[in-house]
Amino acid sequence: MKYVEEYRDPHLACDLIHRIAAMGAPPMRVMEVCGTHTVSIFRSGIRSLLPSTLSLISGPGCPVCVTDQREIDAAIALAGLDNVILTTFGDLMRVPGTISSLQKKQAAGSDIRIVYSTSDALDIARRHPDRQVVFLGVGFETTIPTVAASVLTATEAGISNFFVYCAHKCMPPALDTLMADPETGIDGFLLPGHVSAIIGTEAYLPFFEKYRIPCVVAGFEPVDILQAVLRLSEMIQAEAPQLENAYPRAVRSEGNPAALKIIREVFEPCDAIWRGIGRIPGSGFRFREKYRRYDAEGHFQINVPAAVMPRGCACGDILTGKKLPSDCPLYKTRCTPVNPVGPCMVSSEGTCAAYFKYSG
Amino acid sequence: MCLAIPSKIIDISSNIATIDVDGVRRQASLMLVEDAQVGDYVIVHAGFAIQKLDEGAAMESLALLREAFLSSSSPAE
Repeated sequence: MKYVEEYRDPHLACDLIHRIAAMGAPPMRVMEVCGTHTVSIFRSGIRSLLPSTLSLISGPGCPVCVTDQREIDAAIALAGLDNVILTTFGDLMRVPGTISSLQKKQAAGSDIRIVYSTSDALDIARRHPDRQVVFLGVGFETTIPTVAASVLTATEAGISNFFVYCAHKCMPPALDTLMADPETGIDGFLLPGHVSAIIGTEAYLPFFEKYRIPCVVAGFEPVDILQAVLRLSEMIQAEAPQLENAYPRAVRSEGNPAALKIIREVFEPCDAIWRGIGRIPGSGFRFREKYRRYDAEGHFQINVPAAVMPRGCACGDILTGKKLPSDCPLYKTRCTPVNPVGPCMVSSEGTCAAYFKYSG
Repeated sequence: MCLAIPSKIIDISSNIATIDVDGVRRQASLMLVEDAQVGDYVIVHAGFAIQKLDEGAAMESLALLREAFLSSSSPAE
């Protein structure tokens, strides 16, 4: 497959691994902030081939995992309303809320449907004009423009029974929060490839200028990731931080201007609560006045109980790279993929789920 | 969640592309990618093309990687 196989070339990968090893294994902690990077790193087995002094840690890059408990409870409450069809990406179905989950709600009779795209949710709204269709909007900047585009399509087509529960978040403010926390101890960042395809490398400039920490935007194939890790190692060892783009085939400095324009047309920034981290200013999205009629939270009167976090769950420390899943007392005992306690074990891109699947 | 596959555009109709990934065909909206043409490769996420792949940039990156590989694997002079 073009643009894929070339970046899985074992000769190139081995060469990069040797070059990383030849640097003499200085201790360093590199954080990735993308659930797809978490899984790609495991799937390729890269971690086992890197020097043991190079820690490749997972941060808050799984949007399902950082969705606040209250947002999950709100989605469950929406699904319980008469006449509502709740549409959602699949990996939100099993995330435990305070009392229930979307999967349990569905089993009890609520109309909850898994969709691949907001376009599918819009189609459901067209086919059921007598029902109210709510899309559960979770995802970072890769997903946000697709939701904004569907809102514009709904406006153009005069679809009035389509709503979005907006729990979207953006990454750059979270990087700032991570660096401001002295316990995270990060030496460099592997930046998300497809979030960056949308926002561009320019979006990271204020963060980079503030902290002067090595940052490399990386793609998702093994050669992409190793190339970025090599550059990060070189910068860390030389104490010469740069903001670099190691995924130029998909990422431009200006990102995707058409997508950014659509996001800004429909949404404006607001504060958001990230599970395990707390309030991060300017990291969320809300509908602009012109499109507020699509906001599910404003339209429906829902009773969301006070969220209660599961006792003993270390998702918060795991999401900020302070602990590994194996440090959580519930990991593999009470909390397993079949019976998850926290979202990190539910999502296919959650740190705990990835560790469980690939390292046991 | 950022899983997005490089896909070749084989047809465009009313701003919807028919895309081909290794023989499997699907549709993707081009609302987010301006000036995409048949024959272009795009990254597709959640039913939308989110960026066109830059063949020139890809070739350049691969050439640099291959050059480094060849120079480190050739015998010392």
